[in-house]
Amino acid sequence: MKKIGLFLLCLGAIFSVAWGNEPVAPFELQPQAGPHSGQIDTFVFGQLKTLGIQPANPCSDAVFVRRVYLDVIGTLPTAQETVKFLEDKTPDKRATLIDQLLARDEFADYWGMKWGDLLRVKAEFPVNLWPEAAMAYDRWIRDSLRKNMPYAQFARELLTASGSNFRDPEVNFYRSAGSRDPKAIVKAVALTFMGERTENWSPEKIKDMATFFSPIAFKATGEWKEEIVSFNGFNQSTWAATTAKLPDGTTVELAADKDPRVVFTDWLVSSPNSPFAANAVNRVWYWLMGRGIVQEPDDIRPDNPPVNPELLAWLSRELVSSNYDMKHIFRLILNSDAYQLSCIPAANDPRGADNFAFHPLRRMEAEVLIDAIDQITGGKEAYSSITPEPYTFLPDNTRAIDLPDGSITSSFLELFGRPARDTGLLSERNDRPTPAQRLHLLNSAHIEDKIMKSEKLRTVFTSNPIPLQTATQLYLTILSRYPSPEELDALHAYSQTSESKGWQVWYDLAWALMNSSEFLYRH
Amino acid sequence: MNRNPGYFSNQFGRPLTRRSALKGGALAAAAVLFGKPLGWASTDTPAPLPRPKARAVIQIWLAGGPSHLDTFDPKPEAGYDYCGPFNKPIQTNVNGMVINELLPELAKQADKYSIIRGMTHGSNSHETAAYMVQTGHDSSDRLVYPSMGAVVSLLRGYNAGYRGLVPPYIILTEPLGRFSEDGFLGPQYKAFATGGDPTKQPFAVQGIVAEGISTRRQGERRDLMHNLDELGSALKDDTRLVDFKQSEAGAYDMILGERAKIFDLVEEGQGMREWYGLNRFGQSCLVARRLIERGVLFVTINYGGWDTHKQNFQAMRQKLPELDKGMAALIQDLKTRGLLDSTIVWCGGEFGRTPKVMWEEPWNGGRGHWGKVFSHVVAGGGFRGGIVVGASDAKGEELKERPVYPWDLIGSMHELLGIDPDGTFPRIADGTVRITQAATGDIKSGGRLKEIM
Repeated sequence: MKKIGLFLLCLGAIFSVAWGNEPVAPFELQPQAGPHSGQIDTFVFGQLKTLGIQPANPCSDAVFVRRVYLDVIGTLPTAQETVKFLEDKTPDKRATLIDQLLARDEFADYWGMKWGDLLRVKAEFPVNLWPEAAMAYDRWIRDSLRKNMPYAQFARELLTASGSNFRDPEVNFYRSAGSRDPKAIVKAVALTFMGERTENWSPEKIKDMATFFSPIAFKATGEWKEEIVSFNGFNQSTWAATTAKLPDGTTVELAADKDPRVVFTDWLVSSPNSPFAANAVNRVWYWLMGRGIVQEPDDIRPDNPPVNPELLAWLSRELVSSNYDMKHIFRLILNSDAYQLSCIPAANDPRGADNFAFHPLRRMEAEVLIDAIDQITGGKEAYSSITPEPYTFLPDNTRAIDLPDGSITSSFLELFGRPARDTGLLSERNDRPTPAQRLHLLNSAHIEDKIMKSEKLRTVFTSNPIPLQTATQLYLTILSRYPSPEELDALHAYSQTSESKGWQVWYDLAWALMNSSEFLYRH
Repeated sequence: MNRNPGYFSNQFGRPLTRRSALKGGALAAAAVLFGKPLGWASTDTPAPLPRPKARAVIQIWLAGGPSHLDTFDPKPEAGYDYCGPFNKPIQTNVNGMVINELLPELAKQADKYSIIRGMTHGSNSHETAAYMVQTGHDSSDRLVYPSMGAVVSLLRGYNAGYRGLVPPYIILTEPLGRFSEDGFLGPQYKAFATGGDPTKQPFAVQGIVAEGISTRRQGERRDLMHNLDELGSALKDDTRLVDFKQSEAGAYDMILGERAKIFDLVEEGQGMREWYGLNRFGQSCLVARRLIERGVLFVTINYGGWDTHKQNFQAMRQKLPELDKGMAALIQDLKTRGLLDSTIVWCGGEFGRTPKVMWEEPWNGGRGHWGKVFSHVVAGGGFRGGIVVGASDAKGEELKERPVYPWDLIGSMHELLGIDPDGTFPRIADGTVRITQAATGDIKSGGRLKEIM
């Protein structure tokens, strides 16, 4: 990579781009000349400067539109949406697009999927919520996200819930802990809302926190598989605690008429010693930036410090001061120059990835990938769960990001590493490419049929009489950008010399683009 | 890429979790799937037990759970309410060993296999039962264990320098579905499910054999894809795309190389195909034999249709002749080719079925789930034939003698394969995770199948 050594002197305040590389078309823009304005950028670029790591160039509009659609709504932009954005000349069009996407319904669908992974929304083994309860729980989660329920309230409703698993879906939080043992519940609460793994805690700390969750009762009703989760009160002889110790070591009195889960939740969401807000913003950062400020993001502990403590503290304060408005955090990150860097590193520095010097490369998630393929081709998938009988089948226009239950699956989703929702750990999702996945995309009847039998693609071929238009339309649809002259030349040569003729050339182009790293990776 | 070393060393006492165990390790490089060496130090893998008798396994998975009374544990004395129309079980070529009358070909091969009539685990739920029978672990553990096939492909395959042309663990044709076969080992160890239909020409193995795409077009469009790879060239030396590029190379070895021919049954000739039976099960048995001949370690034939809640006997009249023909041909053919001594043939489902027939509406002669006692069959690979292990009671309802739990059976097979069933998975949670279930607390064991080993 050629360095042109565009050197700006930095005086006192944090100036961003000290060097620049020749931008790589069509992925990058010229490096920003002036200082970065946002608070996030002050922290990120300040740290890069201190470490002497050169940041990547800003990403192009084409990269941005694709990235922000996939990251915010888990959905590929259509050709029309792409053109609209690329041709928009207003200077703040990126901020405008971010706001539009955060307001779309698919935001709740996509983030409902992510929360479903964390909260283990799964009907069957080993979570065993049961189908109706999993459906109700999923709907509750997605509704909460759609309303942008303040995050502290979201946590409170889950942690203090009582009632029926069918009619008060929040109670399923306690049913998905894998076991009814208070210690298992402590494990789930710590992982979900504190980003901590109780395996790293002392047995006393687990036992102390379990006191708050000991009087939870699970009772069956006359209805098949209905279960009432409730605070059992102090009249039970098995539960006689009058004080309990919080994870930060302070002891609290437990009043006889007050649900101790409320006492715990008060501490969780409001104590300055609670990792509640830091865990939340760290997860959002991980989801958008590919790496946590604390990494792994669900392994917060004293000996795993944040890579940029000021950044984490500032984002946490922003979450609290915005009354736990998660979309506010999304907006801050998405609008930052740090988020909008290219994925092409400017320097070969091993510390670059940890310090956010360039954008990560991530294979599209299983659900997002199959939805993208179906959006391009007009294809459909059949999703079902074969246990328990009677089998569950979903309508065949269901998108994978909308699947309400981890037990409802397909062999494609399994092959591409969809999390099994057994543990709630982020590492359950496996986006690593394997030869079996490549075989499937390159050569399976499943994908081949979607492309070769696609009415939607055929319409593109027939409605654009000029080959340039067809090629452009395919590039916009699949890669969210215009083709380069070199690419058009390569395609022309292919049409002249290859065995494929006529429409076959277009099918082959669609196939080639859908098998490229540019398509398969979020970049 | 080794982002997560803590899972290997477990230095913070973290639990091993499903799928995270190997994920992120450079060891689990994608290329391993197709037999390239894994790069694990050989000392990580326990040395195989001395002189393993078996090299490979063919598992005939009777998905849904077949009736033990209607197959390998007939009870003609129990009367019509138990055995329905099947009241004339046939003698096999082993004195005193009888099986259902619709299995005449298998009756001629009984000296080569043993029947385990004391299988038990007590679960009547498909998913829990299938999990136990496939993994050799009780379902109460927090971990989600890999199936036996994934364990064999790890310990006798990838970790032992497997160099077969196709992945060491193959499922014909659809994935098991009841649970994920890779368990905590991660998707690299998942069985390769062929898809397609082996009775069709060609047998369109998912991803390997594409219909209607010539070899020339395969090559040309691959070149087109590379010529158009803008991001790939911008990131030419970027290590983040190494896995992606390696997995593509592995995939094209399969598509354009000799490997696809492994699945071409035309090479077998029509007579051979008819002998195995011209149905999906029979042809799957034939493909299984070809795969074993070419070095594959574990083949599962996922043969469904045994969940006969309704009209059990009509279903049996259709299925048993298929099972009979295909499995008998397979055992005999392996024997003739000198492969039976090193290949375990294992046949069974997740449980048996209610011995007492439900004649009433809406079942109309159906049978429910029965995990208390049921039957499996094993042949070859060091198992002796012609022996009946264990027994159910007079009506097939209760275990009468010699319980065999799933971990007893899988442990026995591991032992024949040279894997220590009491050993632990290398490199996982500091070597604290056992290969098969230990008998502790409420979890019982009947001991390994020494009487037939």
